Amino acid sequence: MSWWHRLASPTRFMSYSAWVLPIAGWLAAGCIGVGLALGLFASPADYQQGETVRIMYVHVPAAWMALFCYSAMAASSAGYLIWKQPLAELATRATAPVGACFTAIALVSGSLWGQPMWGTWWVWDARLTSALVLFFLYLGYMALAEAFDDPTRGGKAASILALVGFVNVPIVKFSVDWWNTLHQPASVVKLDGPAIDPAMLVPLLLMAAGFTFYAVAVVILRLRAMVLERKIQALQRQLAEAR
Amino acid sequence: MTDGFFAMGGYAAYVWPAFGVTAVVLAALLLTSRRRLKASEALLRDLESARPRRREVNP
Repeated sequence: MSWWHRLASPTRFMSYSAWVLPIAGWLAAGCIGVGLALGLFASPADYQQGETVRIMYVHVPAAWMALFCYSAMAASSAGYLIWKQPLAELATRATAPVGACFTAIALVSGSLWGQPMWGTWWVWDARLTSALVLFFLYLGYMALAEAFDDPTRGGKAASILALVGFVNVPIVKFSVDWWNTLHQPASVVKLDGPAIDPAMLVPLLLMAAGFTFYAVAVVILRLRAMVLERKIQALQRQLAEAR
Repeated sequence: MTDGFFAMGGYAAYVWPAFGVTAVVLAALLLTSRRRLKASEALLRDLESARPRRREVNP
């Protein structure tokens, strides 16, 4: 058995995730705690943006997670459609609400920054519009996955949607380079290194690490619940047949 | 009120809601996910005690 087959076995998942869950949870709490302390107290205000620059410490990591969660969903959907791994399909389902929440946070916090800095809550530029499309892809995935009485059919249809919707991920990422957007281009993930002072970069990266560990912990919580729910359904069927 | 930590240089009305929304959304997602796991763990315990495993009775 290859390593991913072993990882994808529900029994093995239940044993290793029980170890990973508290580690991810504590790392999330630690990174977010220190990141917030540095971001709110130790880091300076921006010379142009003033104190609104602090919105970046939640906005940018949330937007990264929005793209990261969707990419993970596309990968696990491929794993399900190609190798028929049932746990991969459950993993996609478990990740979707996490990604949707991060996308919502990115949209709302961006809007709260846009009003004082751009003078508008919202513009239909390529970055904001493609991020809104990403949010609707998450909602569409969740609706489609639950839309069938037969969870296998729902899982298959929703996996195809998740995979096809992946074309939007590079559009969100590179929209600021491909089109003239009101949204500024990347200043951290750049070929020539981050164009941001370490006093701001350190809390930003800590928050990003914290959000990543948070996402891992919540996906594990949801995935453990789903594995147990499948087990419960099987037991209930057995009980019904035994009667 | 343009000085002091909570005033955020006059941008308190934008900075604090951004952090507040983040905290509320992430906390709500964490709590509902945890509740769902606890509920399924409890239900599974009930079902397994209602139906003793054959392995345990007859090893």
